[in-house]
Amino acid sequence: MLKINGLRVKVGDREILKGVDLTVRAGEVHSIMGPNGSGKSTLAQVLAGRETYEVIAGEVLYDGRNLLELSPEDRAREGVFMAFQYPVEIPGVGMAQFLKAAVNALRKHRGIEELDAMEFLAMVREKIKLLGMDEKLLHRSVNEGFSGGEKKRNEIFQMALLEPRLCIMDETDSGLDIDALKIVANGVTSLRGPERAIIVVTHYQRLLNYVIPDYVHVLVDGRIVRSGGKELALTLEEKGYGWAEQESRATARAGK
Amino acid sequence: MTTPTNAIETLVNQEYKWGFVTPIEQEIAPKGLSEDTIRMISSKKAEPEWLLEWRLKAFRHWLTMKEPNWQNVHFPPIDYQNISYYAAPKMQSGPKSLDEVDPELLRTYEKLGIPLEEQKMFAGVAVDAVFDSVSVATTYRKDLERLGIIFCAISEAVHEHPELVRKYLGSVVPYTDNFFATLNSAVFTDGSFCYIPKGVRCPMELSTYFRINAESTGQFERTLIIAEPGSHVSYLEGCTAPMRDENQLHAAVVELIAHDDATIKYSTIQNWYPGDKEGKGGIYNFVTKRGKCLGRNSHISWTQVETGSAITWKYPSCMLVGDNSVGEFYSVALTNNYQQADTGTKMIHIGKNTRSTIVSKGISAGHGQNTYRGMVKILKGAAGARNYTQCDSLLLGDKCGAHTFPYIEVKNPTARMEHEASTSKIGDDQIFYCNQRGMSKEDAVNLIVNGFCKEVFRELPMEFAVEAQKLLSVSLEGSVG
Repeated sequence: MLKINGLRVKVGDREILKGVDLTVRAGEVHSIMGPNGSGKSTLAQVLAGRETYEVIAGEVLYDGRNLLELSPEDRAREGVFMAFQYPVEIPGVGMAQFLKAAVNALRKHRGIEELDAMEFLAMVREKIKLLGMDEKLLHRSVNEGFSGGEKKRNEIFQMALLEPRLCIMDETDSGLDIDALKIVANGVTSLRGPERAIIVVTHYQRLLNYVIPDYVHVLVDGRIVRSGGKELALTLEEKGYGWAEQESRATARAGK
Repeated sequence: MTTPTNAIETLVNQEYKWGFVTPIEQEIAPKGLSEDTIRMISSKKAEPEWLLEWRLKAFRHWLTMKEPNWQNVHFPPIDYQNISYYAAPKMQSGPKSLDEVDPELLRTYEKLGIPLEEQKMFAGVAVDAVFDSVSVATTYRKDLERLGIIFCAISEAVHEHPELVRKYLGSVVPYTDNFFATLNSAVFTDGSFCYIPKGVRCPMELSTYFRINAESTGQFERTLIIAEPGSHVSYLEGCTAPMRDENQLHAAVVELIAHDDATIKYSTIQNWYPGDKEGKGGIYNFVTKRGKCLGRNSHISWTQVETGSAITWKYPSCMLVGDNSVGEFYSVALTNNYQQADTGTKMIHIGKNTRSTIVSKGISAGHGQNTYRGMVKILKGAAGARNYTQCDSLLLGDKCGAHTFPYIEVKNPTARMEHEASTSKIGDDQIFYCNQRGMSKEDAVNLIVNGFCKEVFRELPMEFAVEAQKLLSVSLEGSVG
């Protein structure tokens, strides 16, 4: 579904991603782990189409198409969803209105009839129950006055509502207490399916206790230095990112 | 890929859709302003002597006045001798029935989305159509007459209801009031007149659609609305003008009078031609609007959506004379490209327990400059008066400006005042968030702007709230790349 080849990205004069390769197939859950500043969030943002990042080399193929050519909204319409690390507040814009605009933008793109207010409410109420969230959410302004946990749950709720094919979760676990973490994890787990791929970007191993990844990749200084199964996350937890860095240097030397 | 700042900068390429000129034979007075001009206007309308005298008094007073310069807008001096003060489509006499109206005029209003044939109208809206200096048609008059409601051109009211016009004209905005109101008193040409008798609740929206068509003319309309005790009326005005390189002056006066327990709701959707992207042309909209809550428990509410004009300069105000009377002002003012707006309100609390609410939303884009100026005055006798003011500014891009000048004067210690203000920007991160959910940049900006204006839009009559939202999105179209 997603194929990243030799991706290099810079912000201003600084190169953040220095050649990333990654292949994600439908049905898989990949975790990208790494220390602060390793480029994890950059990778997520570049996939979503954030314009502050400049791609200087490499390619990203999504279902064989050049993803980087698409505008952020077209990526979303094609089924790429990013759960934000810091969801922004939009005062005055009700959640219901916001979600309806999002759902209808996607439906329109797919040539399905847009939902009217009544149909939309019926659909959204059903989803909100599934995630065990309060319906009052719909009457609040987008993320305004939400607690950290509410914001993250709201992201997962939107993910459930928009039914994307490729989900990118940008440090969704950061700043969550254990209860909120479980709720978020359950939400993600319920979205796993054969047609859908999920990329979980995280600093800590703890989310992976609840969302079991098929693959774990370690990103250090803009490169994936190690890939493995779910047990890699545990090794990392035990030995720290320093270990992975040393390993990568050793590999680099051996390669020369 | 465009950079985010560029994306917002590009927010301004929308064509003005109402900029056409109607090819119709018009009678236009020669340019210039003198007592002869005023006599000419007065005789065109076959006015009674008292009105001509009133006009001349105003004109003589005007000659002693200076154009004010305290406002936060800038424009080259206006040459008042280089304007024509009267333009009218050639027709037999005043508006009678629709069959007599020139089909070209009907087509014009059709094009503007204001079909005058009653069966095609929005259900429940009566329209007075003012074309340059004259009213060309008024719909639903017969239905309204059955309830005793008078809704007609003010030039007709002068003939048919002289006692009412004479009693109330200038009673809220005297002819000495201010430079532009005084000029209007001297040269006003047409406008709407509404009278709602005692205890009657007007069953439909009354509205006036103002259209400037002729070149080098000014539009000076005058509107007078009288609500007798216990009556209720909702009135809406809309306005457009052709695209021209010159600036045209629009100096209107609106007077509202609410007696005991009466309610007047006055909504404006102002969409005069705003000038082009470089700031060339556009209407100077210098308007005096004031309502007098004369009776106990009377209520006047102003709602305005100002998207047009090169310069908007107006302060719809309320004089809260009657005890327990209520004044409200809800405003959305948008300035894009090189538009300037200095707008707000005055709430003068005179009676006891009078209450006022002010909600102002200013949106600036392009090089637009948006000023809120408001005055709340609590006089000595206004025991228990209350005011709530909220004034919010939204900036799109980094070349526009928002300014706020609130004045508060309290002479009674029992008064309670609240004032809230905020300034915000549409952030690139907000737009990106919407993009990531599948919305285009324009849809994102519209969504955010509409959210910002929500408190004002919900004060508009339903059909017009939808119109206002569309208008706002058109005025902002192209502002995001």
